[in-house]
Amino acid sequence: MRRTTSSDGWLREPVSEAGPGADPSNWVCPMPLRDTKRIVMGHGGGGILSEELIENLFLPAFGSAGGPSRDSAVLSVSTGRIALTTDSYVVNPLFFPGGNIGDLAVNGTINDLACSGAQPLALTAGFILEEGLEIEVLGAVAQAMGRAAAAAGVGIVTGDTKVVGRGGADGLFVNTAGVGVVPDGLRIGPEQARPGDHILVSGPIGEHGVAIMSVREGIDFGTTVTTDSAPLHRLVAAMLAALTDQGEDPNHLHALRDPTRGGLVAAIVEIARSARVGVVLDERAIPVPETVASACGFLGLDPLQVANEGKMVAFVDPAHSEAVLAAMRLRPEGAGAVIIGRAVEEHPGMVVVRTAFGTTRVVERELGEQLPRIC
Amino acid sequence: MCLGIPGKVTDIWEESGTRMSTVDFGGTTKTVCLAYLPDMEIGEYTIVHAGFAITRLDEASANETLQMFADLGILEEELGGAEDQSSRSA
Amino acid sequence: MKYLDEFRDPVAAKALVDNIRRTATRPWTIMEVCGGQTHSIIRNGIDQLLDGVVEFIHGPGCPVCVTPLEMIDRALEIAARDDVIFCSFGDMLRVPGSREDLFSVRARGGDVRIVYSPLDATRIAADNPDKQVVFFGVGFETTAPANAMSILHAQRLGLTNFSMLVSHVLVPPAMRAILSSPTNRVQGFLAAGHVCTVMGMGEYGPLVEEFGVPIVVTGFEPLDLLEGVRQVVEILEAGTPELRNAYPRAVTAVGNTVAQQALADVFAVTDRQWRGIGMIPKSGWTLAPRYAEFDAELKFGVGQLTVAESAECHAGEVLQGLLKPNECPAFGKSCTPRTPLGATMVSSEGACAAYYQFRRLAAGAGV
Repeated sequence: MRRTTSSDGWLREPVSEAGPGADPSNWVCPMPLRDTKRIVMGHGGGGILSEELIENLFLPAFGSAGGPSRDSAVLSVSTGRIALTTDSYVVNPLFFPGGNIGDLAVNGTINDLACSGAQPLALTAGFILEEGLEIEVLGAVAQAMGRAAAAAGVGIVTGDTKVVGRGGADGLFVNTAGVGVVPDGLRIGPEQARPGDHILVSGPIGEHGVAIMSVREGIDFGTTVTTDSAPLHRLVAAMLAALTDQGEDPNHLHALRDPTRGGLVAAIVEIARSARVGVVLDERAIPVPETVASACGFLGLDPLQVANEGKMVAFVDPAHSEAVLAAMRLRPEGAGAVIIGRAVEEHPGMVVVRTAFGTTRVVERELGEQLPRIC
Repeated sequence: MCLGIPGKVTDIWEESGTRMSTVDFGGTTKTVCLAYLPDMEIGEYTIVHAGFAITRLDEASANETLQMFADLGILEEELGGAEDQSSRSA
Repeated sequence: MKYLDEFRDPVAAKALVDNIRRTATRPWTIMEVCGGQTHSIIRNGIDQLLDGVVEFIHGPGCPVCVTPLEMIDRALEIAARDDVIFCSFGDMLRVPGSREDLFSVRARGGDVRIVYSPLDATRIAADNPDKQVVFFGVGFETTAPANAMSILHAQRLGLTNFSMLVSHVLVPPAMRAILSSPTNRVQGFLAAGHVCTVMGMGEYGPLVEEFGVPIVVTGFEPLDLLEGVRQVVEILEAGTPELRNAYPRAVTAVGNTVAQQALADVFAVTDRQWRGIGMIPKSGWTLAPRYAEFDAELKFGVGQLTVAESAECHAGEVLQGLLKPNECPAFGKSCTPRTPLGATMVSSEGACAAYYQFRRLAAGAGV
């Protein structure tokens, strides 16, 4: 596997294995930009360079070319409750198999809203750019964000751009905030989990983390694994509809979490601790693709701790879990949904895995980053 | 110590006088140094540690061991059944 | 995954456990030396399966755990230098020195990089001629061939900016030290499978003869571990100590002779401090004098640092199986995975870290 590094150090993926949006050299500037290949401090200065970047790079990418420019976007909402979330994306490298920091940012923020059962309404996009960043890299990221937002049916309605000196930003940092509307009466939250709940996962785990690691210097390896980054708000809507369509209370869906950094374990431990319930997971039921298992095997990592970007964990009232599961499986992003365990009264806050041998072990979140082992 | 997992050699070449290979661990491939296994051939299995192939995995031996486990399984089932019987008749 | 999944079959595991329980007429105490085996035992609950018939004493087989404190401090001093790119295996980054660890050095601006193989470090050296690249060469005999080859590779490429901080440890002298201790409780050993893959089995026969204990070369998957235990128990019950190979698909009596030649060329035997145990004679490898130009200790002049271990830390007694982690006064109080006193709490195979996780459940402690 031969990787190429451009003269300024950005890792380039061969197009064939990376998927759409991952090769910045495919990006073509839709409007004329001043003849500059790289971001300079002036692009964050609020003057003509800034305006050109917004008008000619960001707005076309986000699908909102034309129209008056404003300091804030004004949105109409029906009465009810607003869900608000924010996330910053600092992933390195910026481009990885199946995606880049741009679609990660859009989907990740939508998924945080989805975890409250909210219908996403709009997103913001704030950029901190490193002086010297290639314009075509920024363009490819912005285009990916626009495409992901369009696919999810959510608009990127406002944003900001700042530029910092060389060395200040690892190329590009993105912050997104998301706002959504929570249906009346919905009370989904980690503290709602109850003993007896069935624990569901929407599909196979470990793909995003393995995709990122496969292009990281020092541990890179060949793999067919691509990121699973995807928006899950429609999946959650289907899960709620499975209940309300039968006249059932949607709050039988107790808790939702997307298992991003820290993997499946972090998401489930956090719910267990919030709700003070214990958890028992059946190791044989947890879906781990062989490609993920073999990558984790040679690095000495636990797939349960590896990040996901297109998966949802749900704690569901056991009387209704089959209905929810069936609804998940009808959607492409939930086709692999399975029940992997249950919440229990014993050992509150602690998550135990039952192995194929009938033995148990406690799983806990990593202290910090996951480290590849030799031992 | 010694995290080493088995994989299949799918390609072999020379790089600056050192024998290198691609090893496939069931969907994950890695460039592995073959300097310590000069007789290794494509299609054979090896155990890899820290980027180096340290031994050929003897497939016949592996299958013998698995067969031994299977035989033991049958034996234990029979003995388990025999013990149940004798404890009942005691 | 081929030749891995088959050795995790629960049906065969049950047969092996039934056989062991049927064969044993009394409980036995067995030590597995290798940290990778400890990890597999805890992860799969092998000790739970054999509860009452086998007591495992987890040996000092984690090179991360036993790397001497002085060596960590030397690494930290080198890594903190502006002109150095310090490369290491991932597990070493969180091991505490006397004041801090490699992670904190990285946070302060040190260029510390995780690599999967020492060859990655030589590549970094070739790509960064204006920097000194240092690789932290820890490990048992399994890792030594990789480290040896990277030295030879660096020499072949004519690299003048590559060096290695060598802290290799050897298994047979450690087993001898354990067996020689007056407080030794170990009745049988699972020898480290991948160490024997490289070195062969020749060093273990004399130990069986001299100390009258069974030694069975064992692999890492659940079925391999159970089979190793089964053979040890069989030998113990028969009463005549033996050396056997329970990992024949990967281990031969002679081992990898090509690797052994490289090891004999690049490394020289030395006395070595084992963190928590003390000095074990002729239990380590250092770079042979003819490769002195690649020795980071000489290049950076850090060889004279000596430091004292925290008095509160009982990792040594734990490593020798004299103390269970939860019997240590600091366990769970001043010493936790978040605030480790010694390496056995830091490393994922360290016995203390393992106990901290799974023993909490048995004791019924909530969070």
